[in-house]
Amino acid sequence: MAKNKDVVMSVQGLSKVFKSGILNPEYTVAAKDVSFDIEKGKIISLIGESGSGKTTVGKLILKLIKLSEGKIIYKGKDISEIEDKDETKEYYRRVQGIFQDPFATFNPLYKVDRVFDMIFDSFDLGFEDKDKAIRDALYDVNLNPERTLDKFPHQLSGGQLQRLLIARALLMDVDVLIADELISMLDASTRIGVLNLLVESCKKHGMAVIFITHDLNLGYYISDQSLIMYKGRLVERGDTKKIYENATHPYTQMLFEAVPEIGERWDPDEEFLPEQVVNDVNEFYKENAGKGFVEIEEDHSVLFSDK
Amino acid sequence: MRENILEVKNLRAYYDILKGQVKAVDDVTFNLKNGEILGLAGESGCGKSTLASTFISRKKPLKYISGEVDLVGHKIMEMSEKEFKKLRLRTISLIPQYALDAFSPTKKIKTYIADLASEQGVKTDKKFFDKVKERLDLVNLDESVLNRYSIELSGGMKQRVIMVISTILDPEFLIADEITSALDVSSQRFVATMLANLRDLEIIKSAIFITHDLSILYQIADRIMIMYAGNFAEIGPTDEIVDNPRHPYTRALIDSLPRVGIQYKDKRLAGIEGTPPHLLEIGEGCRFRQRCPYAIDKCEETPVREKVAEDHFVSCWRWKELGSDLSGQK
Repeated sequence: MAKNKDVVMSVQGLSKVFKSGILNPEYTVAAKDVSFDIEKGKIISLIGESGSGKTTVGKLILKLIKLSEGKIIYKGKDISEIEDKDETKEYYRRVQGIFQDPFATFNPLYKVDRVFDMIFDSFDLGFEDKDKAIRDALYDVNLNPERTLDKFPHQLSGGQLQRLLIARALLMDVDVLIADELISMLDASTRIGVLNLLVESCKKHGMAVIFITHDLNLGYYISDQSLIMYKGRLVERGDTKKIYENATHPYTQMLFEAVPEIGERWDPDEEFLPEQVVNDVNEFYKENAGKGFVEIEEDHSVLFSDK
Repeated sequence: MRENILEVKNLRAYYDILKGQVKAVDDVTFNLKNGEILGLAGESGCGKSTLASTFISRKKPLKYISGEVDLVGHKIMEMSEKEFKKLRLRTISLIPQYALDAFSPTKKIKTYIADLASEQGVKTDKKFFDKVKERLDLVNLDESVLNRYSIELSGGMKQRVIMVISTILDPEFLIADEITSALDVSSQRFVATMLANLRDLEIIKSAIFITHDLSILYQIADRIMIMYAGNFAEIGPTDEIVDNPRHPYTRALIDSLPRVGIQYKDKRLAGIEGTPPHLLEIGEGCRFRQRCPYAIDKCEETPVREKVAEDHFVSCWRWKELGSDLSGQK
């Protein structure tokens, strides 16, 4: 990987195997040999379909599950070595996640300002005026504090709740934000607002965002770098525009073909079978056996064979 | 042959709740032509699914208020539940939202299909299952899925089984509610194309495809209808709606769609400020006016549905003066 980059976190050879069953355990490889760097103030989209392992990668970074192999280096330290309580707390202050369902994130019995009070109870954020800091953060995400803070979650819309969570991350000066399907539950008209906001805050505060999504169009719109995952493997990695212009892995190509776009209709004569990609990928690996993960141009690498 | 499968005139259906009436479908007029796929789009809470329930069940608290619905000659709003039941699956069929989560976990797919068919008074003999197998083949599923349980199938496979079940009696009119929303992009394309194929093969005559995703409608719909907050906003041929939208809401919706090839660095897309109004006891006026950049005093009155061109109707006071290119004015 190129040098002279401001890398906040480096994911190296990440693998996760889930074991199910006790007597006859079955092993599921959810992620295998995933490597990438996260740069300060950059947005990386992690794109894949269900079961591709994209959420697993997010969870591993958030230390919600233990990794099987590989390392995640944050500030020069392997995060699996963080066991000390204070260190863990510091890690969670800087590396956070926002998930798909905003209504599940908030406790329905408490008003939303409690989310902010709680972080001030747990962390010393170094603000002199707590209320002003909260208000500023809310204005930053285009919310009116007077009209949101004393509300219950059900009185606010999904978009507003997601904005509150972004405000919370800004307030804590987060280094790496994992946004897992952040806007999938929002309507078309509101999600662009949340997305723009995420981009702006990320650029303004130097926060790195891993934007996990299944939506290629959204991933393309928002990200500087893209990671395409298929069956637990990172199959294509690099500059978003380069991947789009020169999609090389059959799975990536299939995704681009399948994505519905206004202004470009699917070819009605082309027989499109989602099952077909499995064969295509196998054939691709067979043809390129032994090549492995190769950089085909600057800042664009492709998995040519899985062995 | 009749030209329209479905004719809906000034349909109103409200939810009767303790606090009053939620006007979820308020004065909706449209028709569905023979052989047509009509896309129905709008934000959550705009009444698109309620419209489907109005045709199908009208269960409490949903209450039919007024208006006419003519489905191939049947005035279905005046029919009793018993009479209407005879039309189900044969004339009208619905794929509800989240249908793929509605399989019984303890029944094999085969039993599930058989139960459903006998409920409709259909004999589940070999001939019936031959037809089922034929249809499964059509959606690229092996007949072995019949002996499987629903948890063994992926989301895309389940949705295909659902499509086979709902169209097994060759209904004239199919309502597909968000059938692609929970699926991966690759399955999305397959399922959406399948719906068009079913129409091309004349297994179904016409369909309404309800979704929040305009880009899928662009792929397969012949016409698109846009609803906003329970009201009709605009209907027109797909290309007209996409290229020359007349309603400011339609335009804003289309402008907010990200597409491959547009990055935030090059072009910042704009969403629509604000949120849709509460439909409880909502009064007169265009319901989009609070969020509409072009709203004027006149918008306090409920707009009238007007004809723009053949097959193209809009409910907006200012459609004529605003034209189809709203850019540059604010």
